[in-house]
Amino acid sequence: MGRITLDKVAKSFGDVEVIPPLDLTIEDGEFVVFVGPSGCGKSTLLRLIAGLEDVSSGEIRIDGEDATSVPPAKRGLAMVFQSYALYPHMSVRKNIAFPLRMAKLDAAEQSRRVEAAADVLNLTEYLDRRPGQLSGGQRQRVAIGRAIVREPAAFLFDEPLSNLDAALRVGMRLEISELHKRLETTMIYVTHDQVEAMTMADKIVVLRAGNIEQVGSPLELYREPRNLFVAGFIGSPKMNLIGGEIAEKHGAPTIGIRPEHVTVSNEAGEWHGTVGVSEHLGSDTFFHVTCDGIEEPVTVRVGGEVDLHYGDKVWLSPDPDHLHRFDKAGLRIA
Amino acid sequence: MATQHSRSAARLMMTPAVILLLGWMLVPLTMTLYFSFKRYLPMRGDSLERGLDWVGFENYVRFIGSSSFWPSVQATLLIVGGVLVITVVLGILLAILLDQPFWGQGIVRILVIAPFFVMPTVSALVWKNMMMDPVNGMFAYLWRFFGAEPVSWMSDASVQSIILIVSWQWLPFATLILLTAIQSLDSEQLEAAEMDGAPVLSRFFYIILPHLGRAITIVILIQTIFLLSIFAEIFVTTGGSFGTRTLTYLIFQRVVDSQNIGLGSAGGVYAIILANIVALFLMRIVGKNLDQ
Ligand SMILES: Nc1ncnc2c1ncn2[C@@H]1O[C@H](COP(=O)(O)OP(=O)(O)OP(=O)(O)O)[C@@H](O)[C@H]1O
Ligand SMILES: [Mg+2]
Repeated sequence: MGRITLDKVAKSFGDVEVIPPLDLTIEDGEFVVFVGPSGCGKSTLLRLIAGLEDVSSGEIRIDGEDATSVPPAKRGLAMVFQSYALYPHMSVRKNIAFPLRMAKLDAAEQSRRVEAAADVLNLTEYLDRRPGQLSGGQRQRVAIGRAIVREPAAFLFDEPLSNLDAALRVGMRLEISELHKRLETTMIYVTHDQVEAMTMADKIVVLRAGNIEQVGSPLELYREPRNLFVAGFIGSPKMNLIGGEIAEKHGAPTIGIRPEHVTVSNEAGEWHGTVGVSEHLGSDTFFHVTCDGIEEPVTVRVGGEVDLHYGDKVWLSPDPDHLHRFDKAGLRIA
Repeated sequence: MATQHSRSAARLMMTPAVILLLGWMLVPLTMTLYFSFKRYLPMRGDSLERGLDWVGFENYVRFIGSSSFWPSVQATLLIVGGVLVITVVLGILLAILLDQPFWGQGIVRILVIAPFFVMPTVSALVWKNMMMDPVNGMFAYLWRFFGAEPVSWMSDASVQSIILIVSWQWLPFATLILLTAIQSLDSEQLEAAEMDGAPVLSRFFYIILPHLGRAITIVILIQTIFLLSIFAEIFVTTGGSFGTRTLTYLIFQRVVDSQNIGLGSAGGVYAIILANIVALFLMRIVGKNLDQ
């Protein structure tokens, strides 16, 4: 079980309010991702849930019970740190067994659980090595192993993949998702990488300066961003945000259109522009088109190979069904 | 320092220092060895010009055969060991304390280092006359305040007194090295241990202490080298009496008080052997610890 409820939880460091009062419910078995720009308070929020920081006000409930002043070890949560925080002088086996040893489990049960965790994470052959003799990905797995042997109510991950190279990151991303499917335990995952958020989450919590901007499934956030911040943050490449007269024509101070919802034509269309830099990814091509009356170049996605070159004149038309409108305050107009 | 060229350049640059150091060490060492096989009593008119008599191993046999030899080795090991235990244990505790954020941290840290800057002679005199004097000392006042009979430290608790004085001098060194080591501990490791259910004491024994292992061995190694040769603290306090005659002090007495340079030199060679045994022993522990 692992249902976590935050009730008006706030955190200040001295005079600085890092997290204004905030409500959030994380259902049992959910994979929740906290995402937001650097310094927005993601780690702080996670540490509040873990109990490593005290809340300034508000209440944290785990499975319905008030855990606000329960010490971290008693909350039944396991955390995987960004730096892995492995114990360098202990072998992998001892690292993974450490929480069990602290819980005074008998030796047979300890080794049974360690072997089982090592088996799940493909660490069996490294059990007698020290963390210093492992690669980054292996260390990451040891850190996860140390978390899963405790059979916690929920896992907390603080940017666990940010120290890995791109290829390994994709691999570990899948492994963690796989692990979640298998264990069906609540996981809270902090990242500033919106691709990780989109691919792994059941539910994304977008944070800005300690405020929750929107909570929802990846596709909800993608299809119906509640405000300009979420619209610009979720999706890669970013949504085109256009203001001025062109937006007025569509009846809003600002409009947004995703790159895949713009059609390109040589003959006719709504906006006229010049092709700038293009990015060829093989499956897709992204063109940055400078249009008359639009400040920023408009990014357009075209499937496969297209015969367009730097300096070509083209016409762009946004798909009206996928046009997002935002009011003066930056909120979505339904 | 990777290329052939930079390596030979480095060697060339180091040569003067190496030659100087070798001269500094080799000349006294050879002289000590030379004198240790000679009869050399300046008071009886022996001198280098007249030539010295070769006596073989007589000095060595006499030095080791003297009734003060084994007690002096014992006293040396007792004092070195005692100081090491006190400085390391208190050093760890002080380092942990100083690592906590508190008001006036900067000043307290400087104060803690202060004893290290006091000359050994001065600190021994201050301790002897200001703190430990049985009539006017601070401790005597304290003892009388609680209605106890003041202790005459220098005669009744001489070895303990010396250990106390020398520990006071070396505690800052140990604290400083251990403090920097503690500061290099990743705080996430402690937090991870906390989440793993380790209470404060377990965190100390499983995380902090192993992390300090290397620093502790370095403190022990460096201190041992210096502690084997403490002299001023003994000279100005007990003058080698009441069981505080260390090997170093015995050699000093043989050479200066008894004016027997040959016998003192033989003692010096024994001291070199003792220091090497201790060093070898320590190097193996350190080597083991540094390999990790
Ligand atoms: N111990 C502290 N004392 C004072 N301010 C702090 C402390 N810890 C964090 N902060 C501040 O709180 C804010 C949020 O920090 P936090 O570490 O939660 O950011 P984050 O979202 O995790 O960022 P990143 O993605 O860079 O890790 C930052 O502005 C930071 O300066
Ligand atoms: Mg962070």
